[in-house]
Amino acid sequence: MIIYKIPLSSHKFQYISGKFQIWNISKIPQTKFPENFRKSSRPQFTNCPTMIVMVGLPARGKTYISKKLTRYLNWIGVPTQVFNLGQYRREVLQTYKNYEFFRPDNEEAMKIRRAYASNALKDIASYFTKEQGQVAVLDATNTTRERRGVIINFAKEKGYKVFFIESVCDDPEIIEANTMQVKLSSPDYENYDKEEALVDFLKRIDCYKMSYVPLDEEKDRHLSFIKIFNVGSRYLVNRVQDHIQSRIVYYLMNIHVTPRSIYLSRHGESELNLLGRIGGDTGLSSQGQKYAKALAEFIRGQSIKDLKVWTSHMKRTIQTAEALGVPYEQWKALNEIDAGVCEEMTYEEIQATHPEEFALRDQDKYRYRYPKGESYEDLVHRLEPVIMELERQENVLVICHQAVMRCLLAYFLDKSEDDLPYLKCPLHTVLKLTPLAYGCKVESFYLNIQAVNTHRDRPTDMSICFHLRLSRSANTKVGSKSLRPHVFFFLLKTFNVMI
Amino acid sequence: MTNCPTLIVTVGLPARGKTYISKKLTRYLNWIDVPTKEFNVGQYRRECVKIYKSFEFFRPDNEEGLKIRKQCALAALNDVRQFLTDEGGQVAVFDATNTTRERRETILRFAEQNGFKVFFVESVCEDPDVIAENIVQVKLGCPDYTHCNTEDAVADFMKRIKCYENSYQPLDEELDRDLSFIKIIDVGRRYLVNRVQDHIQSRIVYYLMNIHITPRSIYLCRHGESDLNIKGRIGGDSGLSARGKEFAKALGQFIQSQNIRDLKVWTSQMKRTIQTAEALGVPYEQWKALNEIDAGVCEELMYEEIQQKYPLEFALRDQDKYRYRYPKGESYEDLVQRLEPVIMELERQENVLVICHQAVMRCLLAYFLDKTAEELPYLKCALHTVLKLTPMAYGCKVESVCLNVDAVNTHRDRPSVRFTNTHPLSMSVSLVLVKQASPIINLRTLCSSFTTQFGKPGCNVMFIALHVVDNKKINILYPYSTIKINLFKSTS
Repeated sequence: MIIYKIPLSSHKFQYISGKFQIWNISKIPQTKFPENFRKSSRPQFTNCPTMIVMVGLPARGKTYISKKLTRYLNWIGVPTQVFNLGQYRREVLQTYKNYEFFRPDNEEAMKIRRAYASNALKDIASYFTKEQGQVAVLDATNTTRERRGVIINFAKEKGYKVFFIESVCDDPEIIEANTMQVKLSSPDYENYDKEEALVDFLKRIDCYKMSYVPLDEEKDRHLSFIKIFNVGSRYLVNRVQDHIQSRIVYYLMNIHVTPRSIYLSRHGESELNLLGRIGGDTGLSSQGQKYAKALAEFIRGQSIKDLKVWTSHMKRTIQTAEALGVPYEQWKALNEIDAGVCEEMTYEEIQATHPEEFALRDQDKYRYRYPKGESYEDLVHRLEPVIMELERQENVLVICHQAVMRCLLAYFLDKSEDDLPYLKCPLHTVLKLTPLAYGCKVESFYLNIQAVNTHRDRPTDMSICFHLRLSRSANTKVGSKSLRPHVFFFLLKTFNVMI
Repeated sequence: MTNCPTLIVTVGLPARGKTYISKKLTRYLNWIDVPTKEFNVGQYRRECVKIYKSFEFFRPDNEEGLKIRKQCALAALNDVRQFLTDEGGQVAVFDATNTTRERRETILRFAEQNGFKVFFVESVCEDPDVIAENIVQVKLGCPDYTHCNTEDAVADFMKRIKCYENSYQPLDEELDRDLSFIKIIDVGRRYLVNRVQDHIQSRIVYYLMNIHITPRSIYLCRHGESDLNIKGRIGGDSGLSARGKEFAKALGQFIQSQNIRDLKVWTSQMKRTIQTAEALGVPYEQWKALNEIDAGVCEELMYEEIQQKYPLEFALRDQDKYRYRYPKGESYEDLVQRLEPVIMELERQENVLVICHQAVMRCLLAYFLDKTAEELPYLKCALHTVLKLTPMAYGCKVESVCLNVDAVNTHRDRPSVRFTNTHPLSMSVSLVLVKQASPIINLRTLCSSFTTQFGKPGCNVMFIALHVVDNKKINILYPYSTIKINLFKSTS
């Protein structure tokens, strides 16, 4: 196990706020930072772990909200995980017989349910302490004050914050739609036919109704919670404690369940694309212009109701949108990632003129920031208002760029930071995303206009016994003086890493 | 952001913070570039009834009083209509008690007639301490009570509140379920939000849910003097000079002497702010959003160099410093958009010290002091000076503390020669006599500056160089150059 320390005084190796890890493949624990690094940090969303506790009868959208919220929080960089008690029950029971399990007078079942609920709480504690999670979503009915009391005591003991999300709905149409969409296809009802399943599920809901105590404005006035009525027509928000809870409330108040589709596409092939150069602000090539016309025909063919069209401020997306002949909005936030000093260079030129930068980028493409430019992480931060507005809107066509499209796609398809920079977003292809059940259906339409390929795969030969993770910013601080950077790269070269 | 104008209507008994919320919201919306104006019916009443006698005016059985009050409300609504339809406004805040369902119906009918969306903001508060504090802070100093002493004023005001209480019909979850509103209960402890219609209402709700009235102070300052500052160059990412480091120490001492409770320190991700914060010896958070404005191709140049290399850009920037975007860089307008999450978080926080840069500090200051887009780029933010902002009554108290460490001056005043907006198609012919001795390069620069300062968008300007010989003969040389004037938005 070899550990190398890089001289922090070198202008090439600068640190972002205290996040500095050296590890080998077997993931050794973090090394100690110099004293002064512990002081600086990223903007803090919250200073202690938060438990989000769902409350509500079955088929009220709790799992839908849990999954969506988790996806959003992970995308903006807050490690979050869902703990679904239904999963725990399925692991314990193996097979589901019928609604009798949920009857309030079924003593044996009650014992089992309390047992796996406390297992879930133990798993949450271990997620926070061992896996450095920041937010845990407890997805269960939690309909009684007694159960919520148990959770609050648990959190108080451990020093976690608790935020309740209650979904209240009495519109029978919505409940039926929910039931049809997600409940009948759940593992519980594999051996049932549709009508029997529906009957059983409705009896299940009745079991909970009798003992349901909703969160109360007066009695629960010391708790932090949001009550969502009828899928968002009304909200009651009580005692928001910190930044992350405020963001969660804002997010929940912007999502909706109206059916719609989001179309993502890149601009048509540009002149710099043809030359194999990144960035810049050129117009469309002739193939690109053909694509713009084909895109217009495709959109007309889809007969979309009230379509909004969004582009960036760069020529190539604007020219693509112009061909559609409909009004479009320009967002500066949708501009392509700023490649700083590497703008308008080919990958070979970058490798020749900035070899260390090129290697660093392949080490950690998500966090790597071009000198005087941006990183994918900065892009995600920049795109957050776009995502919020996409959640509010209905049918939208977004004409953007490769890196930007990867970030948006990662949000909708729940891709991790490692996968995000390598998602395939080829030119002249439209992706149609339709929210469905708990996820997103993707349909890819290649519009049959030839274009160059701008995709670079993840480099495969990282055959080296340690993996160095560096980040950069304009930070500076003195640190230990040790081996110089070019020795490090010499070693990388001898171990045949792509440089 | 919104396709039809929005009318925000406040609802609530007196001394519940309606005017505070109206003014704050108006300030925020104007800062994020949504033209907003507030219409306070109390003002209209004061103009109508010149002298305020006593609470009797507000008694529900005072017929004449009711007539005048209704008239004032209608006059205000008329002005609202003018602002939203003729003057290009997007949001109007109608600040009055609006405590009866009947009055709210009138407003809803008015809005429907004119095609405005309505959003109600109700403030409900029963905490006597909060109400007393409100009265002391803002009511006693208002023009109604200039002739009273404190106790009489408080007694009169309490009776005024009583006049409204009997007929008060709060917004109701059931009866008003088709209206769009937010009910703020106990200064933000609880909120009830109903039927948010569009993006701007969603932003308003988010903003209202993040503001608070806990007393606190915000400290704004720039990084210490940097190496590039000394050279007179803009942008870049250099470290502190010797005097800058002295400032960082002085700042540390100043902060300690202020004895601030739970102070948070924020910096940007550039070396000079980080080095300044390091000297404080306390934990700090780095925000990329606080980075200095990106000067694009003009990074690390001196103003004189920019004038030489990019004379057109230089002149364009002086024309409209707020909207001008450096080629491959940013504008103040982009900065404001970038800083919006910072402002939102500043509203949530309590005591904060923000160590940032000149352009960024100007944007933040403009938000707190309600400066317009024209004034924003010329606000004075000197090096080595800390501004302490304390929210007070309806505005912000500013204390400027200069830490007595010398530094260069990086401020550029608004240029005195301004472009006057005349009809683009009119032609003007001016004769410029240039001495023969002038070198050609200055001539070119002169022509560019002349064009941008006196030319008009969309027309051609042709220069003819005249060669004066012996004060008698004038040779006309070839037409010097033809410069096409673009629109004043910089498009690279």
